[in-house]
Amino acid sequence: MTSEELQVQQKRELQQKQEGTVPARAFIPSADIYETEQALMVLLEMPGVEKSNVDINVEDDVLDVEGRIDFSKYQGLSPIYTEYPVGHYRRSFSLSNRIEQHKISAEMTDGVLIITLPKAEEAKPRRIAIGG
Amino acid sequence: MVTGVDPLHALHSLQRALERSYDSDWLRGSTTGMGTFPPINIFQQADRFVALVELPGVSKDDIEIQAKDSSIRVSGKKTISFQAGASVHRRERISGVFDRTITMPVEVDADRVKADYKDGLLTLLIPRTESDKPRTVKIS
Repeated sequence: MTSEELQVQQKRELQQKQEGTVPARAFIPSADIYETEQALMVLLEMPGVEKSNVDINVEDDVLDVEGRIDFSKYQGLSPIYTEYPVGHYRRSFSLSNRIEQHKISAEMTDGVLIITLPKAEEAKPRRIAIGG
Repeated sequence: MVTGVDPLHALHSLQRALERSYDSDWLRGSTTGMGTFPPINIFQQADRFVALVELPGVSKDDIEIQAKDSSIRVSGKKTISFQAGASVHRRERISGVFDRTITMPVEVDADRVKADYKDGLLTLLIPRTESDKPRTVKIS
């Protein structure tokens, strides 16, 4: 698959239900999601985001991820040629599996956030004996 | 007038500044090589240029940078692998090879180009040549 020539993916702007009080724009990170027997894996591309600036939350079966860029490094830089927009990243997913919330783990490699969401025991199929 | 440094307004100012240079013909269409990946933003900072290239998911060892005269070539490959036996729910990230060359419209010091790669963002520091730096002209 690596012989394929890469084309740029335009960043998709995050559309929010509510308007923010500040006009800065946020973007939706590209995602890969796959499931193994034990866990749901979510990979999100957030170039320029340090791991300390990532927030991951699971509440009511919704996974919320936010990655903030450090734009202070742009201070003193005047843009002269632009091909991509810059902003924080935010994305939510509704989870169809029950997740062991306290066992969620994440790592950041080369601007890709990898979240491991272990499935809850009760979500795994169980054999039920008929009593009586 | 807002006083003090409000980070969210600072970000918005940056976004607007970036938007203004979208149609910039500064490179005069002189990015060559195949494809449009990776996307590149170029900034000016005092006597040098700073190019920021987004390469999420590309490992440092898979990036090759060559500088010659006023041209800088960034090439490499991006690989994505899924665990065997996994069922894929969503696949938006793309993999493949890339090769882009940017030719600066001013003289740059190719020998002193510096590169740094962190968090999927490649930073190229491109100094202008001594002879090409703007000079203050005194009125005699």
